[in-house]
Amino acid sequence: MGWAIALHGGAGDIPLSLPLERREPREAALRYCLEIGVSALKANRSPLDVVELVVCELENNPHFNAGRGSVLTNKGTVEMEACIMDGNTKNCGAVSGVSTVANAISLARLVMEKTPHIYLAFDGAEAFAREQGVKMVDENHFITPENIERLKQAKEANRVQIDYTQPIQKDSPDETVLANGDSQLGTVGCVAVDSEGNLAAATSTGGLVNKMVGRIGDTPIIGSGTYANNLCAVSATGKGEAIIRATAARDVAALMEYKGLSLEEAAAYVVEKCVPKGNVGIIAVSATGEVTMPFNTTGMFRACATEDGSSEVGIWPLFVQKL
Amino acid sequence: MGGWAIAVHGGAGVDPNLPTQRQEEAKQLLTRCLHLGISALRSSLPAIDVVELVVRELETDPLFNSGRGSALTENGTVEMEASIMDGPKRRCGAVSGITTVKNPISLARLVMDKSPHSYLAFSGAEAFARKQGVELVDNEYFVTEDNKGMLKLAKEANSIVFDYRIPILDTCSGAGALDSPLQMNGLPISIYAPETVGCVVVDSEGRCAAATSTGGLMNKMMGRIGDSPLIGAGTYACDLCGVSCTGEGEAIIRATLAREVAAVMEYKGLNLQDAVDFVVKERLDEGQAGLIAVSKNGEVACGFNSNGMFRGMATEDGYMEVGIWDQN
Repeated sequence: MGWAIALHGGAGDIPLSLPLERREPREAALRYCLEIGVSALKANRSPLDVVELVVCELENNPHFNAGRGSVLTNKGTVEMEACIMDGNTKNCGAVSGVSTVANAISLARLVMEKTPHIYLAFDGAEAFAREQGVKMVDENHFITPENIERLKQAKEANRVQIDYTQPIQKDSPDETVLANGDSQLGTVGCVAVDSEGNLAAATSTGGLVNKMVGRIGDTPIIGSGTYANNLCAVSATGKGEAIIRATAARDVAALMEYKGLSLEEAAAYVVEKCVPKGNVGIIAVSATGEVTMPFNTTGMFRACATEDGSSEVGIWPLFVQKL
Repeated sequence: MGGWAIAVHGGAGVDPNLPTQRQEEAKQLLTRCLHLGISALRSSLPAIDVVELVVRELETDPLFNSGRGSALTENGTVEMEASIMDGPKRRCGAVSGITTVKNPISLARLVMDKSPHSYLAFSGAEAFARKQGVELVDNEYFVTEDNKGMLKLAKEANSIVFDYRIPILDTCSGAGALDSPLQMNGLPISIYAPETVGCVVVDSEGRCAAATSTGGLMNKMMGRIGDSPLIGAGTYACDLCGVSCTGEGEAIIRATLAREVAAVMEYKGLNLQDAVDFVVKERLDEGQAGLIAVSKNGEVACGFNSNGMFRGMATEDGYMEVGIWDQN
């Protein structure tokens, strides 16, 4: 038992040749977010507060695909989505199609706490944000030159991508992953458990590069990209369409509950057996303070820490990591 | 065992004072839809096509809360949502915030078949619809006089609730329809009964499919998305089964209800009826909902903890049942 926290900045085909100048800022951000998450847990903040504040920090960082730094739709605009869930009550909140709210995850939390609903989207979500007096910014605030370039490349190649892979056909059962040295971003997320076993999960994203306007991915769908109950808290990242059809986050918990698998076994099973290779990464914590971060992509920006003092910050599988 | 099976629903949570006339109309519609599905199955149409055509019929008929006859948003407009899932490869398609597409379930199908994505919403979904050349109508087409009246009652009922989480214990004054103390979503069932529609089918090849469509919650906030378009919540299909849910949307989402049926079959080895019973009994907490399900073995089942559920079920061996109230 004891607290535990894990966070991610996206899974995908992150090439081992990633230049230092693209690697260091992200590693530093992961380390920093881990620190603030751990401090908050040590200060007895609720896991719900902890996951929200960590994801806010990741959203504010332009190096990840959420909030500032979100990838662009095929029209060059930003449409963000986020989701938060409280393990004890299974209360949850989600938003999609948000373009002028500085922190989509906080808006998702407001939906959970201040409306009779779970999920608000597009104009309705923005109207609610204004009503709540949430900090609104110009859409340009979120757009970075990197992402303008990514969109340009994607349009030239005529593909929709998790930022750095070759086109993926929706129906292929086993998709090979090809590195093309492109940029390396993904969704962000955080899961946390305190020493009483209270769990929470939060995920936030700009979605897929060159996505159709109005496209919703796995992130705001309870049970797909985000889930928490009294056994575990899970946040997934990767190719949304594949994560949705695998109901990835819920399945981790279901395997623990119905098949008696451990957290690590359940998450590994989902990553290895339920989602095609190259498509998913998962972070999860259990009520007993365990943590796991499996992925079937080349890499996943991630960090975790547990009360017993262990911690990890990484991008590629540990045996590959060149540190 | 084996053979085709089909189930349809028109919503879980029925006003106990529902006029007999309306009960009859509902049963007739459900029967008609069953027959439509059965004919299609007998012509060897695959499950995914059958669920779509049956839900189209339910959307087009103004009786239930989908397509024409959808519940109204707080602004008096209609915002529809739907999802469809094909068991064999778990392909899926969903739409939300639909305002001009005559049959949202067909748009959800097109998202599945003709777009690189699984879920499109609001103006993006409408733009996609235009590109695909689907039948478009004015938003007014979906609005019925009945529902305009319901919206008015809903606003009256709401206005005396200071905290939406506190259910109304007394009947409200000034609204004749509010004499039932039964509630749905914390407010009178006569107004807030979901009446979402859905269909699940297993064809004679053992392929399962599921489809759900709705106008959502009466007097909902603009932009509110419920369980119906969420894969795993309102709709789910895989190799083992096809499930469509209805009821209190927020409860269904929290319970990932549709996926739950399949998960207990897959991971606990329960059969269809046991899985349905387990999920309805153990996974709804204080929420009210119902669901219909079929298994690849040609079984059909339904379950609900609400006050009634409009439903119809049929199997290849000749079994057919249409009902509203509690199961025997």
